[in-house]
Amino acid sequence: MTVLGIAKLKIHFDTIDGTAEVLDDVCLSVNEAEVVGLVGETGCGKSVTAKTILGSLPMPPGKVLDGKILFFGDDLLRLDKRDRHRVMSEKMSYIPQDPMTSLNPVFTVGEQMGDLIRWQGRRRIGPLEFLGLRRGRHNSVAKAVQLLDRVEIPAPKEIVRRYPIELSGGMRQRVLIAMALIGRPSLLIADEPTTALDVTIQKGILKLIEEKVEEEELSVLYITHNLGVARRLCNRIYVMYGGTIAETARTKDLLKAPMHPYTCGLIRSIPKLTGDEFKGIDGRIPDYIDPPTGCRFHPRCPQVMEICEQEKPELVKVEEDRLVACHLFSRGGGR
Amino acid sequence: MEKVSRRRQKGNLARAFHRFKKNPLSFVGLSIILIMVLVAILAPFIAPYPRDSAGAVHFKQMFQPPSWKHPFGTDEVGRDVLSRVIFGSRISLMLGVVVLSVAVGVGVPLGLFAGYFGGRVESVIMRITDIFLAIPPLVLALAVTAVLERNLYNSMFAIAFTWWPWYTRLAYGETLSKKEEDFVEVSESLGASRLYIVFREILPNMTSSLLVKITLDMGYAILVGAALGFLGLGAQPPTPEWGTLVSLGRIHLPKMWWLSTFAGLAIFTTVLGFNLLGDGLRDFFDVEVE
Amino acid sequence: MRGTYLLYRLIYMVLVLLGVSLLIFFLARVVPGDPARLALGPEATQEQVASLRHKLGLDRPLYAQYYVFIRGLFKGELGMSLITKRDVFKDLIQRLPATLELVVTAMLIAIIGGIPLGVLSALHKDRTIDQISRVFAFAGVSFPRFWIGIMFQIAFAYILGLLPITGRISGDPPTHITGLYLLDSLITRDFPAFVDSFKHLVLPALTLSLSPLAQITRITRANMIEQLRKDYSIVMRTIGMPEAVNIYKYMLKNAFTSTLTVIGLLTGWMIGNAFVVEQVFSWPGMARYGVNSVLRNDFNAVVGVTLVIGVGYVVINLIVDLLYGYLDPRIRLKR
Repeated sequence: MTVLGIAKLKIHFDTIDGTAEVLDDVCLSVNEAEVVGLVGETGCGKSVTAKTILGSLPMPPGKVLDGKILFFGDDLLRLDKRDRHRVMSEKMSYIPQDPMTSLNPVFTVGEQMGDLIRWQGRRRIGPLEFLGLRRGRHNSVAKAVQLLDRVEIPAPKEIVRRYPIELSGGMRQRVLIAMALIGRPSLLIADEPTTALDVTIQKGILKLIEEKVEEEELSVLYITHNLGVARRLCNRIYVMYGGTIAETARTKDLLKAPMHPYTCGLIRSIPKLTGDEFKGIDGRIPDYIDPPTGCRFHPRCPQVMEICEQEKPELVKVEEDRLVACHLFSRGGGR
Repeated sequence: MEKVSRRRQKGNLARAFHRFKKNPLSFVGLSIILIMVLVAILAPFIAPYPRDSAGAVHFKQMFQPPSWKHPFGTDEVGRDVLSRVIFGSRISLMLGVVVLSVAVGVGVPLGLFAGYFGGRVESVIMRITDIFLAIPPLVLALAVTAVLERNLYNSMFAIAFTWWPWYTRLAYGETLSKKEEDFVEVSESLGASRLYIVFREILPNMTSSLLVKITLDMGYAILVGAALGFLGLGAQPPTPEWGTLVSLGRIHLPKMWWLSTFAGLAIFTTVLGFNLLGDGLRDFFDVEVE
Repeated sequence: MRGTYLLYRLIYMVLVLLGVSLLIFFLARVVPGDPARLALGPEATQEQVASLRHKLGLDRPLYAQYYVFIRGLFKGELGMSLITKRDVFKDLIQRLPATLELVVTAMLIAIIGGIPLGVLSALHKDRTIDQISRVFAFAGVSFPRFWIGIMFQIAFAYILGLLPITGRISGDPPTHITGLYLLDSLITRDFPAFVDSFKHLVLPALTLSLSPLAQITRITRANMIEQLRKDYSIVMRTIGMPEAVNIYKYMLKNAFTSTLTVIGLLTGWMIGNAFVVEQVFSWPGMARYGVNSVLRNDFNAVVGVTLVIGVGYVVINLIVDLLYGYLDPRIRLKR
């Protein structure tokens, strides 16, 4: 069953220099109990996609020109605020990128988690409850301790009383994961949660995410620029370039036999311990205010053809569970 | 075929104006100040009764309410209030300029030295600054005027005396943060003299915060100066300082309301102008000032 | 850790105050002109001047004078006032409560009015309420205190006749317990006195509070706007924290902490402006006493008032500083 389905999402962003066409016909889907990776270099639009799903993209200056975001059947873009808030708090959650700035510094971990446990998803809190004069406060802290334990934080009873500044980056990220799991969500949107951490800590976090996915039967949309991480965690991968989806396939298939020239370039540029020299991809990411005509990758593509400059390639199905947006494959045949 | 870029070409200046434009109030502020400056400079030519600014007396025209002949009315010895208020602008603006010049001229170098040279110099300068800052500004100015003869120049000195520490602190803070930056290291390794580095490298980088603070302070200095005048510690009658005018008119309230009201309005308008402009400049430079 | 920091600050404070006393002392003594002559006026004879000089100890060397001064400080003496012929310290003790009542009330008005207004302005940025509060804020800091006080007097006392023009109370003051009329009259249940002193307090307190109110509004607004943009605020909202809690608990605490540092500074300005306000409203406080001392060259009184104010200001800043450390764990833990 499709948990999340994005169809032809088009987003424009007004800036002082002009209108940036940041997302151009983005399509993706996440199924039940599946980890889907959204991979691309910095500036390709993956964060914008995540923010649009979560509703945290500031809407002026951002504008949705077209598209749908279907979450369990509801189009998030067309729900009114109240319904959206309810739907999302109940079933969708989020792990932010930078653990150092994602926790409120003047409240303890326990306080922040406790409030979330008690009040997540609600719109109105009575004044007595707000002041903490009703019962339930004690229970929520106990529950917080439980959750922290499940994300393998050592000495959780101590940690609830600590302030974020007293915790290391890895610990804070675990807290954030625990917070994301409070409402037992069905979909987790993870926005490069290990980017800001040391490699050694990364491993622990990735392992934790893997475990949680299995335990809770979570669906995850995992955003990253690191193909290695995506390979480890994800069942399927979407490769994003210049605000649009270049290619998508099951992880194994994608990495073994990439089709889109950009994907090939990405895989080639992963440094290997043996063999050839380091190869990157020539050129730079496109200017969103003045994007290249036709296929946005064509100025950098080693296999560019005449049609690439004129026509934008559609995302077409080339095999089972495999879509590519490239004129090399657009007539339906394989290579 | 040439591809026309859709990117708007905008230089840095254009961007800055775009930001400034978002804040029409700052233009209002700027206009107010320009008008006041013009009024001050052209006072002898604009004032309808220029001799009323000093010692002229016309007892026959005492206490006349505002009219076409005397838009702001006349005071207790028959002088035209409008003319006096116009001449008062000279005093207040001059006070602001003098006070700020002294405060900046003394305070900023001290802060620069304290921040850059560190060590003993830093300790001494900053401790003295702390001592001065331990007393609220108006209070210290009052204490200083207490021991000096009561006139305008001494009140200016008193205010400047209390004002410089704020600039020392500002310059000190900015110097500390700029000191570590690369361009300083480069100059040092090239063998530039320390004075050169301080004045030609570090100082220019704090001009934006300085400019904002100076603009806002002009307003506050004028307020303090007027307060001293009101209390009788600044310019003495018959000098038409705005604060003094308000104080003189106070005894005749509420019947002769025009004596105090217009002078006060003048102060308010001028200070408002500086505040609006300063705030606009702050947005313009995107600066955070205390 | 907290203890040693506190100790360090206290010692530093004492040293600063010592420096302040030196500064003021030398200011008062190292004068062009003869303080005794200035006090007695040009008609006094040489003998009278000389006798006063001797009485004030002005004929002794400077360091001796300073020593006498410091010794007197420890005994609770600040020298004799030339006007009241009593020890300045006694004069000040008598007048302190009036100024305290005025300044504290004004500060309360500024905080209780300014913070909610600032929060509202931030939440409704650039809309009507924000524009109005902006105009009000600019006006508030630009009004000369003495002038707006007079305008209030004209409007409310003369024209509308609602409130008294000057003074602290019209009838008999309540029995002296703290010297604060409002408090004393409540304690002794002297309701007529309460109403009376309240009516007298309104205009002076309002006049004094105008500028700090305006400034607190602007600063709270700026801080709240910053808070709304912070990562942790956005993360909180996305994970499902009710917006009301997010704003009024989490963001507000952060914003308030930044505003607190300014409050210490504002108290200083307010004390300074109290001099003018007390003069306009004939409020029998310490500040008015100070102004009279200045006008009549009563040096001991001037020094006394300045010193007491200096002490008060430094203490207030210390309290604010400690409070700041209490509220913000990042600062507290660094110490």
